[in-house]
Amino acid sequence: MITSGKDSPKGGVSLRRFGSIGQVVARETSTILATFLGLLIVTFLIGRVVPIDAVLAVVGENASAEVYNNAKVELGLDKPLLTQFGIYLVKILQGDFGVSNLTGNPVFSDIATVFPATLELATLGTLIGVLIGIPTGVAAAVYRGKWIDHLARVVGLFGYSVPVFWLGLMGLLLFYAKLGWVEGPGRQSVAYADLLSPVTGVILLDAAVQGEWEIFWDAFYHLILPATLLGFFSLAYISRMTRSFMLTELQQQYVTTARVKGLSEGRIIWRHALRNAVAPLVAVIALSYASLLEGSVLTETIFAWPGLGRYITNSLLNADMNAVLGGTVVIGAIFIGVNLLSDIAGRLFDPRTR
Amino acid sequence: MSSSTARPPLLEIANLNVQFHSRVETVHAVRGLSFTLGRERLGIVGESGSGKSLTGRAILDLVPLPGRVSADRMTFMGQDLLAMSAKQRGALRGAHMSMVMQDPKFSLNPVMTVGRQIAEAYRAHSKMSGRQAEEHALHALESVRIRDPRRVYNLYPHEVSGGMGQRIMIAMVLAAEPELLIADEPTSALDVTVQMQVLAILDDLVKERGMGLIFISHDLPLVGAFCDRVIVLYSGQVMETLEASELAQAKHPYTQGLLNCMPDLNRRDDALPVLKRDKAWLA
Amino acid sequence: MTALRAYLLTDDAQSRMQSRLGQAYRRWLVLRGNPLAMVGLFIVITLLLVAAFAPLVATHDPIEQNLAHRLQPMSAEYWLGTDALGRDIFSRIVYGSRVTLFIVLAVVVTVGPVGLLIGATAGYFGGWVDTLLMRITDVFLAFPRLILALALVSALGSGLENAILAIALTAWPPYARVARAETMVVRKSDYIAAARMQGASAFRIILGHVTPMCVPSAIVRSALDMAGIILTAAGLGFLGLGAQPPLPEWGAMVATGREQVFDQWWVAAFPGLAICICALGFNLLGDGLRDVLDAR
Repeated sequence: MITSGKDSPKGGVSLRRFGSIGQVVARETSTILATFLGLLIVTFLIGRVVPIDAVLAVVGENASAEVYNNAKVELGLDKPLLTQFGIYLVKILQGDFGVSNLTGNPVFSDIATVFPATLELATLGTLIGVLIGIPTGVAAAVYRGKWIDHLARVVGLFGYSVPVFWLGLMGLLLFYAKLGWVEGPGRQSVAYADLLSPVTGVILLDAAVQGEWEIFWDAFYHLILPATLLGFFSLAYISRMTRSFMLTELQQQYVTTARVKGLSEGRIIWRHALRNAVAPLVAVIALSYASLLEGSVLTETIFAWPGLGRYITNSLLNADMNAVLGGTVVIGAIFIGVNLLSDIAGRLFDPRTR
Repeated sequence: MSSSTARPPLLEIANLNVQFHSRVETVHAVRGLSFTLGRERLGIVGESGSGKSLTGRAILDLVPLPGRVSADRMTFMGQDLLAMSAKQRGALRGAHMSMVMQDPKFSLNPVMTVGRQIAEAYRAHSKMSGRQAEEHALHALESVRIRDPRRVYNLYPHEVSGGMGQRIMIAMVLAAEPELLIADEPTSALDVTVQMQVLAILDDLVKERGMGLIFISHDLPLVGAFCDRVIVLYSGQVMETLEASELAQAKHPYTQGLLNCMPDLNRRDDALPVLKRDKAWLA
Repeated sequence: MTALRAYLLTDDAQSRMQSRLGQAYRRWLVLRGNPLAMVGLFIVITLLLVAAFAPLVATHDPIEQNLAHRLQPMSAEYWLGTDALGRDIFSRIVYGSRVTLFIVLAVVVTVGPVGLLIGATAGYFGGWVDTLLMRITDVFLAFPRLILALALVSALGSGLENAILAIALTAWPPYARVARAETMVVRKSDYIAAARMQGASAFRIILGHVTPMCVPSAIVRSALDMAGIILTAAGLGFLGLGAQPPLPEWGAMVATGREQVFDQWWVAAFPGLAICICALGFNLLGDGLRDVLDAR
């Protein structure tokens, strides 16, 4: 599911395009791998300066010196930093993320458990952001300076100004406590928890496939508030960028040409101008989706949402370095994947760069 | 200012003004321009910023915001342009009046094949199937002397040369056989070698179809050679209107200045004269 | 007044000073015509005034606890109610503006110049210097800003100074990006070539000729960024990693009200509203400034 975007560009792709895209992938991958390595180094270093003793976290406060030292050797913490990092890299390449000190589970399975929760939230949030954000941005650009532009601007700036954790709390207060329209924190009500055998881990999907509609709606009413919240932030960003791209495009000479040809405004806006803005827009949407996929710590905290952001944060605060580095690998992978995809999509949508 | 035809004038403009208001200042880009156009070739000449391009755009109702157009009289084939709604003006564009712009690199949509852009122009003004529009577009490409229309049809704008791009533009804006064509510096962005070729095509099509042409340029000798009549603009005002054949006898110091700032092999000058400008010319 | 206006708006300025003042005045006129930007300016000025005169504005001691009056609703005595320790929320918000402003200013002052310099250097030299610096920038951009700040704070220990340091370390990459882009445009221009031909050192060119060109966009960037900084700081405070109690930090105040949000909503609501209004003020102002300073 993580790489579900890979086959999203539509068919009709000619061989010529594949050839150049292969080169692009190779070049991009090499530069991004460097970024990835840097990311791991930074995380690793941060982990080493955290003033929490990772060994103590495993053996407990009352362990004897012998037990402590054994654990230290076992964890590889007695070796020089560079060696530790080297060992770690080799393990990652073998697909071994180690065991979390905090949960006692393999980090990989931990992440596999938490990621669907974030995926579910991020996908619905981005969907809301795109479906509302793009039309709003287009309208704001076309009616520049009119009331709809001002409204979009204020809503957008509000999205840039409001603290997530506060808006989340207020949302819970209003829609959950006062109005009772949605469910409270968590992914499911206690009564429904663990009734479903997880297939993808995305509860909405699993419940729908298995025909468990009661569970589906329960999960939906848990999901809708945090997803709308994230969708609002995504909408603020996407509509602003759409407006700015559209303003640029609408000033281009080819738009004047389209007017000279006597085309209708609708055709000029949607078929000419927006079509030219698609490539940068894809990059924007990808970026916003990636930032949500990497886990929104505050939203997940407020809504007690067991996702990636909360997992990394908790691990970090408990000096669970295997988990933190594992999380970093996932973030790096998302970053690489999204960069690559948006680059490829950009090239597919713009004949000049094919 | 006699018109060469007996028919009512194609375009009549009296006291055209284009102004840009901003909070800080008002720029008066075109001031009190008047002229009458028959089925002839009229040149409008001036430096950049003289208001010549805006004049063309005002006729087409394409002056960008916050520009404001006003005039005492603006008629096109007897219809009052000033009384029309924006939508009616839009319906005139392409069908009855059209424009070629300076640089085909920017005036063609970069993400649409040139063929589809031409076909789109056909479909905008008459009901026809996609197949028919494609046929027309291929024919149009042929009429601007493009040898392999089928191949060119599927090219993107960045894949064609400047000269070919401009021929494509011409084919596109002439799709609906407009009565009036405004050519805004149509060859300034092209190599000198293809300039003449493009001009020749333009000239043929205009003559063939009996269109009126407004040719906007900064190049006075070129306009003199190509047009019947020339209007010289300075700072949004008409300095002089003359028959192209009498260009050499221009009386106005600004027109003379424009002519003299071209180097001449038969003239011995140590330095090219600098164009003289005088605020007193502006009434 | 009209003489001054004429002096400022003249087309042929007599001195460099006059033309600069004239340009500034024209920009001000444009900015003044944007009502949203004026609202932003009003909010920012109010924030500055409230912070400066906090002791005069506040009605109570922001730290003094009064357990007899805990969780009071809004009243004439406690305008915005009291928190779980009986402290006046209005007064804490007033004093909290000082904390917020301090964080914002400290971050911008450190980050702006550093980011500019890194970006200008990368853009000017190009080649491997550019590649290296931009890779480092990418590393910092790839990581979610709050998680990175969290990691840094947990490594350095919680507290106001460390929070500022952590935010600064996560905030510079966008500046570097902007400065690099601007530099790439300027780099090939004739006046840089002229400076080089006169024998100016790379350092001198970057500092004296390239960086100033990036300043307008950096100003816009930082005006818009201040809101982001306020939000990151508040986020850290909310998670308990920013300013430590009893210092009245808005994010931390929301966190203390989280427990009672369904019953005593005002404890969490008002500090959050304060964050929102301040960030909105900076955003509106920055947005208006961008229209004025960036021609695009």
